[in-house]
Amino acid sequence: MINVIPPALIFIIGAFLVPLFKGKAKSIYLLLLPVLSFINLIYIPVGTHGTINFLDHQIIFCNIDRLSLLFGYIFHIIAFLAILYGINMGNDNVSMAGLFYAGCAIGVVFSRDLISLFCFWEMMTIGSVLLIWARKTKKSIEAGFRFILVHFFGGVILLVGIILYIYENGSIEFGYIGLDGLGSYFIFFGFGVNCAWPIIHSWLTDSYPEATIVGTVFLSAYTTKTAVYVLARAFPGAEPLIWIGAIMAAFPIFFAVIENDLRRVLAYSLINQVGFMVVGIGIGTELSINGTAAHAFAHILYKALLFMSVGSIIYRTGKVNATDLGGLYKTMPLTCIFCIIGAASISAFPLFSGFVSKSMVMSAAADKHLIIIWFVLLFASAGVFHHAGIKVPFFAFFSHDSGIRTKEPPLNMLIAMGITAALCIYIGCFPDMLYSILPFPVDYEPYTMSHVISQLQLLFFSALAFTFLLLAGIYPAEIRAINIDTDWLYRKGAAGFLWLLENPLAWFGNQVKATFFVTIPQSCIWFSRNPLMALKMAGNSIALAVFEESFTKEKVERIRRRIVEELTDYPGDVIRYSHVGTTVIWVMGFLLAYLIIYIVSGRIAV
Amino acid sequence: MKEINIFDKPRNVKILLTLLFGGCLALLIVNFFAPKHSHFPWEEWSGFYAAYGFVACVTLVLAAKHILRRIVKRSEDYYD
Repeated sequence: MINVIPPALIFIIGAFLVPLFKGKAKSIYLLLLPVLSFINLIYIPVGTHGTINFLDHQIIFCNIDRLSLLFGYIFHIIAFLAILYGINMGNDNVSMAGLFYAGCAIGVVFSRDLISLFCFWEMMTIGSVLLIWARKTKKSIEAGFRFILVHFFGGVILLVGIILYIYENGSIEFGYIGLDGLGSYFIFFGFGVNCAWPIIHSWLTDSYPEATIVGTVFLSAYTTKTAVYVLARAFPGAEPLIWIGAIMAAFPIFFAVIENDLRRVLAYSLINQVGFMVVGIGIGTELSINGTAAHAFAHILYKALLFMSVGSIIYRTGKVNATDLGGLYKTMPLTCIFCIIGAASISAFPLFSGFVSKSMVMSAAADKHLIIIWFVLLFASAGVFHHAGIKVPFFAFFSHDSGIRTKEPPLNMLIAMGITAALCIYIGCFPDMLYSILPFPVDYEPYTMSHVISQLQLLFFSALAFTFLLLAGIYPAEIRAINIDTDWLYRKGAAGFLWLLENPLAWFGNQVKATFFVTIPQSCIWFSRNPLMALKMAGNSIALAVFEESFTKEKVERIRRRIVEELTDYPGDVIRYSHVGTTVIWVMGFLLAYLIIYIVSGRIAV
Repeated sequence: MKEINIFDKPRNVKILLTLLFGGCLALLIVNFFAPKHSHFPWEEWSGFYAAYGFVACVTLVLAAKHILRRIVKRSEDYYD
């Protein structure tokens, strides 16, 4: 019985109604939608609602508990901010795809069964690829196709996992799964594809920077964070996640340092931040799960803020490469300040949001005495400050003056960035608000003297290192170049595969075709015209080849001439033998064969 | 709109750098006196985080520049 409106529904239905509105009414409608949905969400009591019976199972669209609520809240907040940010562009495609995508992500978060979860999961992929395609450049369309291929691959693995899981356990309930049984491993990996695990991660860095300005803001919030949510619900304490997360936190920063496209730098740091969350899930203590949830909440805000500020630069200048930008603080001071606030938040500066959330995961790792993991995460903390915290604002707004003189983005974009920036600072200064909605009771104080000092030391000396390297000319200059990543495997791999199909394999196929359908039948036909003559010619040729040495020259010449004559005369006069005796011998032969088969098979049967 | 160009003056850049160096120094000094709450013994060494942050960033940049870039750098039309 459905007695409440499932939270996903308002967004998904609302998305299809967008074209009905025009002008101001459309703006108001778009902004009201997330507000309405949020009010609806607040009034749904904790528990499971929206249950439908389906083939002896229960589909539960609306499972309200602390973990799902936290993600539900932030998904609503960021939907509102992204819509506000993009409202001046009046692009229906983006608004509809964005709302649909956000609705599906909210649907995943509140699903309590694997079937509806899977449906929302796949719909989310469609929504997100539309956001990429909406940019309508050749690059974005190609990137969208690659994106959708990777995600459907992940979706199929997830589906296989779900079917196996239901078969193994007889239940479609989506709760704690744990790594136990083949189905659970498939589900685990299926979630991992959306979570941008190492090696498979390149769908993210490949496609996010190609989406529309608003599209990237939407994308940065939902896909990976729904994956974090489902992992946190189904696989808390799964040990492989600790190592997967640590690798995710560490390796992207190397790529980010040498990347020229600023949105791609941010995409790499997105993976790096999700790495912290994944480690938190893997540790699986109350503190670490709280840390993961808090970090997801804070991360969605500051990452969106960073993408918004870089998006504003694209909006005004049409450029995004570090080599083309610089000195923009002169004409875009507010955007610059918002970008720095986002940078300070992602770098976990005290009084900014990252500080109060990331440190929970670090503390949880230290509590468990995971020494290597702790060192890797600390390295990642310094590294993220280095590339997202310093590099992005520095190369966009300062560095060398690119000569670009532009102006601030429109008011709605500034307001959206302003609200997001205010939230980042608010969470950083008053973390209790965020702590009060975390899944478990919080007994954690981020603002201790030693924590603040150690974090400040880490950041200040990272900044010192940056300054030192820059002044000494060691810092790698931005170059107009791209860096290949694991998407090379399928981008060049697919081209290689096509080459393989078109060249060696196609040649082989043609040879087979020619042999079986042309050469052999024609030879048979040729042979059947005069078999005796053909055999005789073959005999002559063989005899000549074998005895050439022992024959005299004239004899060899004579035989050669005869072979040539016979070949031109072929088939010549066909001699037909039709003696009765031959036929009788054939019949005798068949009868004998029949007799032998009869006797032998009789023996075998006994 | 009026242009802001405070960082065009070398004096202002110098002030910023002085603030950074001063901040680093102050943090090191404070570190000696501040109470230390730690999980691991090395967290109690004064200046551990400072050294780690500096070394980590230098390593990161050098590794990215000299190792990773050599492997992965391609021209911008590589995939076209």
